[in-house]
Amino acid sequence: MIMTGAEAIIESLKKENVDVAFGYPGGAVLTLYDALYKANFRHILTKHEQGAVHAADGYARATGKVGVVIATSGPGATNLVTGIATAYMDSIPMVAITGQVAVPLIGRDSFQEADIRGITTPITKHNYLVKTVEELPQALKEAFYIARTGRPGPVVVDIAKDVFAASFDYEYPSEVKLRGYHPVYEGNQTVINQVFEELRSASKPLLFIGGGVNLSDSSSELREFVEQSGFPVITSLMGLGCIPFDHPQFLGMVGMHGTYAANMATTECDLLLGIGVRFDDRVTGLLSDFASKAKIIHFDIDPAEINKNVIAQIRVIGDLNWSLPALIEKIRGVSGELQEQVRPWREKVLGWKQDYPLTYEQGKDLVMPQAVVEKVSQLTQGEAVIVTDVGQNQIWAAQFYGFRHPRRFLTSGGLGTMGYGLPAALGAQCGLPDKKVVLFVGDGGLMMNCQELATLADCDFPVVVLVLNNQTLGMVAQWQRMFYGGRYSHTSLKGHTDFVKLAEAMGVTGLRVTEPAELDNVLAQALATRGPVLVDIRTPETVDVLPMVPAGARLDQMIMGG
Amino acid sequence: MKHTLAVLVENRPGVLTHISGLISRRAFNIESIAAGYTEEPDTTRITIVVEGDEIEQEQVVNQLSKLIDVIKISDLTAVESIQRELALIKVKASLETRSDIINIVNIFRASIVDVSRETMVIELSGDETKIDALCQVLEEDHGIIEIARTGKIALSRGPIPAKA
Ligand SMILES: Cc1ncc(C[n+]2csc(CCOP(=O)(O)OP(=O)(O)O)c2C)c(N)n1
Ligand SMILES: [Mg+2]
Repeated sequence: MIMTGAEAIIESLKKENVDVAFGYPGGAVLTLYDALYKANFRHILTKHEQGAVHAADGYARATGKVGVVIATSGPGATNLVTGIATAYMDSIPMVAITGQVAVPLIGRDSFQEADIRGITTPITKHNYLVKTVEELPQALKEAFYIARTGRPGPVVVDIAKDVFAASFDYEYPSEVKLRGYHPVYEGNQTVINQVFEELRSASKPLLFIGGGVNLSDSSSELREFVEQSGFPVITSLMGLGCIPFDHPQFLGMVGMHGTYAANMATTECDLLLGIGVRFDDRVTGLLSDFASKAKIIHFDIDPAEINKNVIAQIRVIGDLNWSLPALIEKIRGVSGELQEQVRPWREKVLGWKQDYPLTYEQGKDLVMPQAVVEKVSQLTQGEAVIVTDVGQNQIWAAQFYGFRHPRRFLTSGGLGTMGYGLPAALGAQCGLPDKKVVLFVGDGGLMMNCQELATLADCDFPVVVLVLNNQTLGMVAQWQRMFYGGRYSHTSLKGHTDFVKLAEAMGVTGLRVTEPAELDNVLAQALATRGPVLVDIRTPETVDVLPMVPAGARLDQMIMGG
Repeated sequence: MKHTLAVLVENRPGVLTHISGLISRRAFNIESIAAGYTEEPDTTRITIVVEGDEIEQEQVVNQLSKLIDVIKISDLTAVESIQRELALIKVKASLETRSDIINIVNIFRASIVDVSRETMVIELSGDETKIDALCQVLEEDHGIIEIARTGKIALSRGPIPAKA
């Protein structure tokens, strides 16, 4: 069929089942925006390209579909960089379509020219520069395929301006032929047999679950494995929700702000099964002493993760939807024996869980941030989609919300991007219109992309924005308090911003909580509000996130508290 | 220990930047890197010499393999292979010293590819140690003005190609 490059993009998006794109127009993509207009294709106009890219990311995390973002050349494209890097670190499927200056102008420092392909090379799974309309369908087909298969990730397709307008005979390829890309889904059965042998001989095994379980939608398989084996379970920040928080074998999150039980179990176990994890330094603490009594078995779809940070004695490369069922098959007959074999260990770690729960100091006249999270957890019964920004708000949400489902905790784990939360919540709500989406955000992080409050209002997305307003860059201030002699260099946020007015100015309902007595009612009111709502919750300035393993310390060297 | 890797990649713009960027970002220890066309027009062959223990070299292979444009990597250290490097060496040469240089060149089975009143350019292919040895003699006895070396390229012996 004869059509223009821009029309071909719309056709290709439809073929890829894309029902919405987030973006921002500009000179290089005018022709594409004209085609969006004519096709009446759903597009969410954010207030900043960074908002659009995080929204596409939040959409992808919540739905499991590929998030799509569009930006113009030069500054439009460079505004995507933080969002692309955020998606890359957390393996989020995304396709970013950027306009590039016209082919004759490329390489001449033309108006609004930036080498976005060069800039994004280290933060994308792959990227393209499309200079002829004939190569466009193939590039788009490959981009979506690469973004969503294997270990997912963002792909940039940079398209020269003249390509959008050029006419050609469009045909969308039915398959991709990439000589250098063959993700392994089904691994090696003999490895499964080896793992089984290890399970049979372990007396202190531990299952360590990460974001890979979320991304591969294998949490029901995981749960069956947990229940058949009787092994205790811990998760990384990114693995929260893959096992219900109140599961009797769940010890909590491991790492820098992990629970006592999870960190001690990691230190003491004799067999650690890392499932869809990448052993980030926020998890391992001092790497040389991480799980030093354990044999490590590493399950991942990405062979390059194996032996990157920790050395695994057995590697199980492949899709968790292959490896977990294969293992379940092996253990089904011996489930009772396995349960029995690890019973003393399980009882020991569950004792730790009981003796050292996560606690916090109750404030009498002050609204404690942890209490806010607990209350929201109670009011939503663990059924909300929880989005966070970065900082103390993020970790308290992780610690005190009772997660029940995968893909319901959206947070920038790998890159730790402040400003992520608000636009990501917007994207999640767009993808899941019938779900309650609640954002926990700090007073610092809110201001990094607060312009997207206006987008919430424009779209009438009923996101509940809970600002844990401690008047400080809390997480940084905590480090200053603990490791820099309490010298609060540029972390105070005491200022004149009125978040309620800010919300109202942008068309969002604004509420405030200053005393504990108001909390329950105002939260209930916020959750029942039609349309977007922001609650400015005044919390104390100097509250620490605990437990804490200081950077570079061993996991069992936690600073406890509460 | 050193590993010689034959990396077959799609012959596309940007692929070399991708590879060199990855190597520097992950701080891999690369001794040499040489690229050129192959028997297939859409494939480029890059020979990379990596220094590091087994774990490090496995990471290099795994991370490079992740790049979509990398088609295949084979480790030529593990098999019988021929390894060569080409060097062009510009050496100081006067009327009096020319014959001595010619003698050295003959001993090394190198060849002279250019002569001027004050210089000679010598071409030598061989393994790294042979080139190092020639450079050392020339430098000590005559003085080297400049050297260009290609970095190592390698092929396995026998019928099986790296792409198989
Ligand atoms: C874009 C970006 N800049 C800086 C940081 C460093 N950083 C991490 S947490 C934090 C403080 C966050 O303050 P706030 O948003 O108020 O959240 P709180 O910790 O107080 O809950 C900062 C500055 C970051 N993670 N991201
Ligand atoms: Mg704050």
